[in-house]
Amino acid sequence: MKVRILVALKESVLDPQGQTVKNALHTLGYRCIEDVRQGRVFEVELEGVDREEASRLIPEIADKVLANPIIEQFSWEFLGDEKKGPSN
Amino acid sequence: MRFGVVVFPGSNCDYDTLYVLRDVLHQEAVFLWHKDHDLRNSDCVILPGGFSYGDYLRPGAIAKFSPLMQEVQEFAARGGLVLGICNGFQILLELGLLPGAMLRNKNLKFLCQFVHLRVDNADTPFSNRARPGQILRIPIAHFDGNYYAPAEVLKDLEARGGVVFRYVDERGRATEQANINGSVANIAGVVNPRGNVMGMMPHPERASEAILGSEDGYLIFESMIHWCAAR
Repeated sequence: MKVRILVALKESVLDPQGQTVKNALHTLGYRCIEDVRQGRVFEVELEGVDREEASRLIPEIADKVLANPIIEQFSWEFLGDEKKGPSN
Repeated sequence: MRFGVVVFPGSNCDYDTLYVLRDVLHQEAVFLWHKDHDLRNSDCVILPGGFSYGDYLRPGAIAKFSPLMQEVQEFAARGGLVLGICNGFQILLELGLLPGAMLRNKNLKFLCQFVHLRVDNADTPFSNRARPGQILRIPIAHFDGNYYAPAEVLKDLEARGGVVFRYVDERGRATEQANINGSVANIAGVVNPRGNVMGMMPHPERASEAILGSEDGYLIFESMIHWCAAR
């Protein structure tokens, strides 16, 4: 079973990297780009657990290790199907 | 007084710190391996600068799970002195021993230069040998030193004198220009409510001898020794 977790800075936290990417896109003429937020992607493979257990573990792992809850938020989904996990 | 300097894979200011403690301040100092469960009777623990675990994930994010960090947390809970310098500060934030988090520097550059700091709280175990408002010249060397704390945390920090050092200009003014990495409220160093855990981005161990351009960092180690001796 494969899961994709997306970690990004909270909306309330300034993202200097995203801002720089946005400015670069503007310089290239993409004036329609209003905002860019940069984040990190984790693809995690799980074995020996069912979906229910995975749905409990993934937010726990994301909160404890992958994201720093003071500045970051995360969302996640099961890969390979349409069923999406909840975001925080 | 006996200092313990924690060594993680990727620490690179551990030897500088040990040197300053032993050869400049003439104190006992030992290395503490991050995988051990032993603080070796240290009176004070220092988490030095560097790039523990290559800054993978986030600076300090992996180091916080090192076995020795359990002992460091218990030591801090008993009131033991813990100083985190640069990456050590980032680790203390990740551990939750200090409030807030670090973001990438506002200009997205690794900054390695001398900065001016103002002592905004001279009544801590780490700053008691300084005068209130004294301006120190100490170098920084970091990519992620843009200190951030949510508004309510910042309010509490300011109200209780939790901000020990601020980035200022040479005349002591906390201007936007002097705020080199973009930290909220020009914050360069913070202390916990109990006063026994401090983190700072600048490197006092790189400025403890005149030959290196500044002796101002000496004050911080001297303060710790003074505080422990008076206890």
